[in-house]
Amino acid sequence: MSVQVRLPTLLRPAAEGRSVVSVDGTTIGEVLGSLQRAYPAVQGQLLTAEGALHRFVNVYVNDDDVRYLDKLDTKVSDGDVVSILPAVAGG
Amino acid sequence: MGAPAELLGSSALRLERRHLDEMAAHCLRCYPEEGCGLLVGDAASGTVVEVHPAENVAHSAQVYEVDPRAHLRIDRAAEERGLCVIGVFHSHTHTDPWPSPTDVGQAPDPSWHYVLVSLRHELPSTRSYRIEGGNIREEPVVVIDK
Repeated sequence: MSVQVRLPTLLRPAAEGRSVVSVDGTTIGEVLGSLQRAYPAVQGQLLTAEGALHRFVNVYVNDDDVRYLDKLDTKVSDGDVVSILPAVAGG
Repeated sequence: MGAPAELLGSSALRLERRHLDEMAAHCLRCYPEEGCGLLVGDAASGTVVEVHPAENVAHSAQVYEVDPRAHLRIDRAAEERGLCVIGVFHSHTHTDPWPSPTDVGQAPDPSWHYVLVSLRHELPSTRSYRIEGGNIREEPVVVIDK
C-alpha cells in the first residue's frame, strides 16, 4: 500500500525539507519503518528503543488516532493519509 | 536534535490586541483548570493570524494537553490556507508566566512560540518564549494593532 505521510515541522529537515512524503506499508508500523529507512535521521523520534510509539507522538490514519485503533498494527489502505503530530502538553 | 537556525524563524511574536484578548478570555473561562490552545500564522515572521482555543484534555489545574483531535483539525485547516501552527498558549493559574520544568521538558517543537498567560493577579499577564534544548529565551510580544 502506498500512503501519504504528513510530517510535523520538527521532522521535515530530516526528510529533505518535505512536509509530505509517500511511503509503502500495510500497517502503521510498516509505514513508520519505511519512513525511517527512507530518512534515517527520523530514527529515534517516533518509536522507542522497544519499538513502541513514543508517548508524545500522535499518529493518525485519516481522522483516526491509531492509539484507539490497533496502534502500530493499524492497517492502512492505498491513498490513506497518515499524519504525524507531536503531543502538545506541559504544565 | 536541535532545530536549524532557519527553523527558529522570527525573534518576536507578532499579534493583534484581539489575539491577546482571545487567549486571556479562554484561559479565564477554563479556570480553575489550565486553559490552552494553538496559534496559527506565518512561521517566518512569527505573526499570529488565528488563535484556536482548545480543550485541555488533562482537565487539570497543574498540567495541560491540547486535544489531539483538535490539533489535527487545526493543523490541516492551517495547511489548506497556506499557514501553519506556530505555537501554543496555556495558562498558569497561580504562578508567574514563566515556563515550568514540565513546559520545558515537553516542548514539542523548537520552532514554536510558547505563550504563557498567568492568572496569578487580577489582570492576565502574557509573555512569549522560545524553548530549545532545555533553554528558555523570552521574546518580545509585538502588538500590531489594525
